[in-house]
Amino acid sequence: MAAQTEVYDIAVIGGGNAALCAAMTAAEAGARVLILETAPKPYRGGNSRHTRNFRCMHSGPLGPLVEEYNEDEYLSDLLKVTEGKTNEDLARLAIRKSEECLPWMEEHGVRFQPSLSGTLSLARTNAFFMGGGKSLVNAYYRTAARLGVEVLYEAAVTHLELNGDRIEWVDYTWEGQSHRIRPNAIIVASGGFQADTDWLIRAWGPAAGNFLIRGTPYNRGVVLADLLDQGVESVGDPTQCHAVAIDGRAPKFDGGIVTRLDCVPFSIVVNKNAERFYDEGEDVWPKRYAIWGRLVAAQPDQVGYVIIDAKSLNLFMPSVFPPLKAYTLEELAKMMGLPVDKLTKTVAEFNNACDDTSGFHPTELDGVSTSRLTPPKTNWARPITEPPFYGYSLRTGVTFTYLGLKVDEAAQCSTPSGKIQNLWAAGETMAGSILGQGYLAGFGMTIGTVFGRIAGREAASYAN
Amino acid sequence: MQTDLVQEARRQAEICNACRYCEGYCSVFPSLHAERAFSDGDITQLANLCHNCRGCFYACQYTAPHEFDLNLPKALAEVRRDSWESFAWPQPLARRFHTHGGAIALALVIGFALMFWAIRAIGSVAGDDFYAVLSHNAMVAIFAPAFLLPLFSIGFSLRCYWHAVGGKPIQPDDLKAALSRAARMQDLAAGHGEGCNFEDEDRFSQTRRYVHHAIMYGFLLCFAATSIATIMHYGFDLHAPYGFWSLPKLFGVSGGVLLTVGCCAMVLLKQKSDRNLGDVSAWGGDIGFILLLGFVGLSGLVLYAFGSSALMAMLLAIHLGSVLALFLLTPYTKMAHSFYRLAALIRDAQRKRDLSVVR
Repeated sequence: MAAQTEVYDIAVIGGGNAALCAAMTAAEAGARVLILETAPKPYRGGNSRHTRNFRCMHSGPLGPLVEEYNEDEYLSDLLKVTEGKTNEDLARLAIRKSEECLPWMEEHGVRFQPSLSGTLSLARTNAFFMGGGKSLVNAYYRTAARLGVEVLYEAAVTHLELNGDRIEWVDYTWEGQSHRIRPNAIIVASGGFQADTDWLIRAWGPAAGNFLIRGTPYNRGVVLADLLDQGVESVGDPTQCHAVAIDGRAPKFDGGIVTRLDCVPFSIVVNKNAERFYDEGEDVWPKRYAIWGRLVAAQPDQVGYVIIDAKSLNLFMPSVFPPLKAYTLEELAKMMGLPVDKLTKTVAEFNNACDDTSGFHPTELDGVSTSRLTPPKTNWARPITEPPFYGYSLRTGVTFTYLGLKVDEAAQCSTPSGKIQNLWAAGETMAGSILGQGYLAGFGMTIGTVFGRIAGREAASYAN
Repeated sequence: MQTDLVQEARRQAEICNACRYCEGYCSVFPSLHAERAFSDGDITQLANLCHNCRGCFYACQYTAPHEFDLNLPKALAEVRRDSWESFAWPQPLARRFHTHGGAIALALVIGFALMFWAIRAIGSVAGDDFYAVLSHNAMVAIFAPAFLLPLFSIGFSLRCYWHAVGGKPIQPDDLKAALSRAARMQDLAAGHGEGCNFEDEDRFSQTRRYVHHAIMYGFLLCFAATSIATIMHYGFDLHAPYGFWSLPKLFGVSGGVLLTVGCCAMVLLKQKSDRNLGDVSAWGGDIGFILLLGFVGLSGLVLYAFGSSALMAMLLAIHLGSVLALFLLTPYTKMAHSFYRLAALIRDAQRKRDLSVVR
């Protein structure tokens, strides 16, 4: 064990948005802060690297945000996606505090831009970072350095030693050696456990082996598991996560935004047996993308196949991999490895069930639906008839898991016997407190920023 | 055009088009995001719109070691240089200078030699000041073609470019929009106006933009000085030498200072930048070109300072030799970028205008 001579007031575990917000806030309060980031420098920032916006309450135009987005509307959006599975006090805290975060983020180097092309539906609710999440992370690292925060990359925390109501030691490895430090306070902001496939399989069953991880391969839940083993209170269902349906050809890790497919509402989606399994036109895609990860996960081999025809090709944002293309459905079925007869039958049944399509409108709920079909398609139901036909495969892409550390309104962690005096948590590692299920675009960054700042403030006031 | 370079830029552009996070940085991304598929002409246009500010590289979640291995500033820089070489006329000169700083130095030496020879062989029978060394008519006989031939060549190349990128008849508004962006170097400022990422990784800085301003405005002032002097000579029968408080001298001296300082600063700045975010093979040619441009400014100032000394004839030959090399190499060196960049900005203004008409 290497001797550790440096003395830090606060150790922040993790190097993404929540960790950086906590570190900057604590440093501004006068604390000496060390960030322990597992990833190497090019991959620093955890899942924040892949983010693009921040959902923000506002009572009038604010920065890039137009009109108004008040607490009740924000909360009701959250309740819709979580179906009520949230801690309303913490949710309201995140929402209410989000408004003051936006100018704070600007002061700390983040720059915003108008809503990106193809995302107009978010222009009122979500503030987009210029250059995306990695530019936010870069700006925060610059600001943190200016505030005297020290950063160790490739520093993997292995153990936080809980003794009674205090964390006594932080163990980590760095440059091939084990180290042990004794900061006054510790902030855990090291995300979920989704990159640990074995854990995911324990939680989900073998199906999880087929899941793709949309973000960082470094969120393996090591610190989370270590704390849960020592009896730190947890929150959230281990099978719940933010999961979307992404292109089946995406890399196992870190595929990020470009692997998303926005074509589902204009398609039919079948499983490997060429059977439809859910209403593809239930709602506009920004409100439905987050449920399709679980829908695909429930299908055999955890895979889905999207089929569109020529008239729908240009109705959605392009994605990184071009679709498979064929001039007949039979040919497409062969290319996709689907049973040919069954697929042509499924498409024929769907086509027969389509009604009048003259009211088709790609950007709003148009009510162009099927009749006498199970499952129905309730909007944008146009027959798949016009060659060439295009196909994509779909897999479940996990963004982050919701099982995490339970915190109070001060972001402080606890054991069944009471608060842990010097342990706080922020970001995805405690987001399960608020997101019981489902996901709301841009809300992960809101939770990270709000609770990162709270944790930084509380930890600094304790450490000082 | 080299298909492998265009193909690599296209591969990267398709990834960018699925991401769109960089939309706020510069002109490239709104233009890129307007397409679903990229023709060779589209890639050529994007490459010439790119000012290599590098904001997109440092913001990119897909740079190496990620398997997508994005480096759009580099990919576009390579296509850009290849496009200049492909459109250059006459072709035998096209691929000599962008990638060979030594060829630029050689051209400079030949420029000196030609001017020394001209002074010895032609000289002057009468005249004051510089014209006592080389007559005004001799200077015109050398520099009028040295100025007009490259302009003709680059005009021909720009026509090829315009055809390749699908340019339309230019309207005054297009020109106005493009000149306004170029005059402020808006594409080196990022959408937030805080500059580019060049000398210190992801830190935004105005240094490169201001240094580029010094070079661009320095050159334009020097050019204006010569143009004004030509008008004074032929239009008003006012012949050189001009006093310090005359327009040619005021423009020339201030331009010369800006050009010299700007070029020195640009070379230093480039040393601090990451070469791998640009066209690595053009490094020598770029540095050679900047040094040549700076040398034109510096030699002009030295000539002004020591114009009445015994060194004047030599200094004149050196200065005019460098000007000769700069002019003649315009279509084949980085100097060409100013023409192509402006053409790309005009084309982009047309694209935006078409868009607003559609809406």
